[in-house]
Amino acid sequence: MSSLVALPILIPLVAAALMLVVRNLFAQRAISFAALLSSLATATAVLVDVWNTGDIAVSRLGGWPGSFAITLVSDGLSSVLVVVALVVTATVLLFAVGQQTPDEHSPYYHPVYMALVAGISQAFLAGDLFNLFVAFEVLLMASYVLLTLEGNREQIRSGTTYVVLNIIESVVLVMAVGLIFAATGTVSFAELPERIAALPDGVRMGLHLLLLIAFGIKAAVFPLFSWLPDSYPTAPSSASAVFAGLLTKVGVYCLIRVQTLLFPGELSNLVMVVGVSTMAIGVLGAISQHDMKRILSFHIISQIGYMVFGLGIGGAVAIAATIFYLIHHIPVKTSLFLVEGIIERNTGSSSLDDVSGLARKSPLLAVLFLIPAMSLAGFPPLSGFLAKFALVRGGLSAEQYIGVGVAIVVSLLTLVSMVKIWVGAFWGEVAPSSLNNSGGVLRQHRSMASATAILVGFTLVIAVAAGPLYEFATRASDQLLDIERYISAVRSAS
Amino acid sequence: MIKSKILEELIDRWLTKVGTLVAIFITFRGHNAPGGGFAGGLILGAVFVLQYLAGQQPTIRRKPILNPERLLGFGLLLALVTTAAPLFVGGAPLESYIWSITLPQIGKVKIVSSTFFDFGVFFVVVAVVLLVLTFLGTRGGAISHEPTDGVG
Repeated sequence: MSSLVALPILIPLVAAALMLVVRNLFAQRAISFAALLSSLATATAVLVDVWNTGDIAVSRLGGWPGSFAITLVSDGLSSVLVVVALVVTATVLLFAVGQQTPDEHSPYYHPVYMALVAGISQAFLAGDLFNLFVAFEVLLMASYVLLTLEGNREQIRSGTTYVVLNIIESVVLVMAVGLIFAATGTVSFAELPERIAALPDGVRMGLHLLLLIAFGIKAAVFPLFSWLPDSYPTAPSSASAVFAGLLTKVGVYCLIRVQTLLFPGELSNLVMVVGVSTMAIGVLGAISQHDMKRILSFHIISQIGYMVFGLGIGGAVAIAATIFYLIHHIPVKTSLFLVEGIIERNTGSSSLDDVSGLARKSPLLAVLFLIPAMSLAGFPPLSGFLAKFALVRGGLSAEQYIGVGVAIVVSLLTLVSMVKIWVGAFWGEVAPSSLNNSGGVLRQHRSMASATAILVGFTLVIAVAAGPLYEFATRASDQLLDIERYISAVRSAS
Repeated sequence: MIKSKILEELIDRWLTKVGTLVAIFITFRGHNAPGGGFAGGLILGAVFVLQYLAGQQPTIRRKPILNPERLLGFGLLLALVTTAAPLFVGGAPLESYIWSITLPQIGKVKIVSSTFFDFGVFFVVVAVVLLVLTFLGTRGGAISHEPTDGVG
């Protein structure tokens, strides 16, 4: 099984290289889908293995002994996130192909998209800090290109902010990695916990804060989030869907690793306060916006707050809830951006002033929006309710009443802003600007609609399979908290 | 465009040839000594930058290098195929194998599979330098598929 761990990184990279040589658009599309589906198959095989045996799959690149090899580690959390990421990227690619926009027709779109996928997989699988940094660079480089591929004025403007902030983040991260190496003599996740624990308190806290700042910028937590609502709305819909769903969550994943593996239980009050303020400020930003993409972008921040809050609470129950939240949130958020993409494609605008009456025009699109929107707000049968319920339960058992109270109020406010989109875009008279498209909205965009439907279906599967998934999340969180097991799994791998 | 004919000739006649040789030498010695594909690629890239500064198109033996993007893809493919190849014989990705062969006149030659990875890196670096020379200073905008451009 361990030989399969590297494939979700390798296959997309090979596809990217191949597509720089083969520049025919149809061949590129075929290669992209083949690469994503075969990566998904291997990642699923690893996940099934990890799920059944409860082991940690480790691959040593190069076959070198000890910490000389590049280790890829796929424990419960990593393996499930790789699978979710590949499902999401594959459906978004289907959406992008159906979108017929100039950026997908560029010969660079598909290779860069594959590089992004490889970077995301590598970030989830990296077994040491330096490779985590490399993975970040790979996915960031790819995201710079995807964000500005159309090269129009607005994209370049917001792209500049995005690039500058992410370079600052990279600098902080590489500084942290360098200082950690200077202090401990290693960057391997399997060796760091012991050596970090032996450091003096001040040094430990400094290193910890550096890592929290670097990953905090990436995850867009309060007060480091201001780049996100500025840059995501200008990206092409397909790109912003992947960014919204996945890139910030890579930051959250890294925060989870930092808080459970490297610095277990340290500064958790700070993390909790940051989480609670991120929730509240993100949702307040969302309420004050009047453009669908911007509302949804602020929601990303608010939702990140929930995960960081769970991480701050700590302990098996809250971490399991955070993992379940992460699994639920990625497809839900992405599908909301995809629905928004269809609306924008159909009406030419994402402002609530220009769009109205969509529920009458296309009831099915309304359903596709309503399911993930209600899920995000936390309505009972949907996955968002279960994720929030688990989180609130974790908070109550740790007696964090203030945080739990804020979480509940924030989910009400989330509902308010979703209702705002619903009332603005789906109710009311059919706007005169959209009268030119007399046929059904979804019939004109079959491939986009089916991609969205697949993803919405995936969120429903998460809700239906919540029992076993939550049990798996619990096991994954037990694995995260059992540092010895991680260390011995990496050491004993051949 | 630089007017000085001397600089142009110097670059064309000497620096290009010497630079290319040094680049190849550095690439090959890289396995056990300082050097390797990255350094070698940078040296050849520096040669191209010099040619560019002298007002010429980057050339090797007076032929312009066609399509650096394909070169980039080719280099990346070469490196990745070397990465993935051990998987098919039951090794770990990136694992390297050493073969010794005896050639007439030259004697024993050691071939290390990771050399091909180095070659891949070499091509990638050279291609990136060429792409920078091609695109820096041009206006951005949507670049689309050439309709006549088929597979391969």
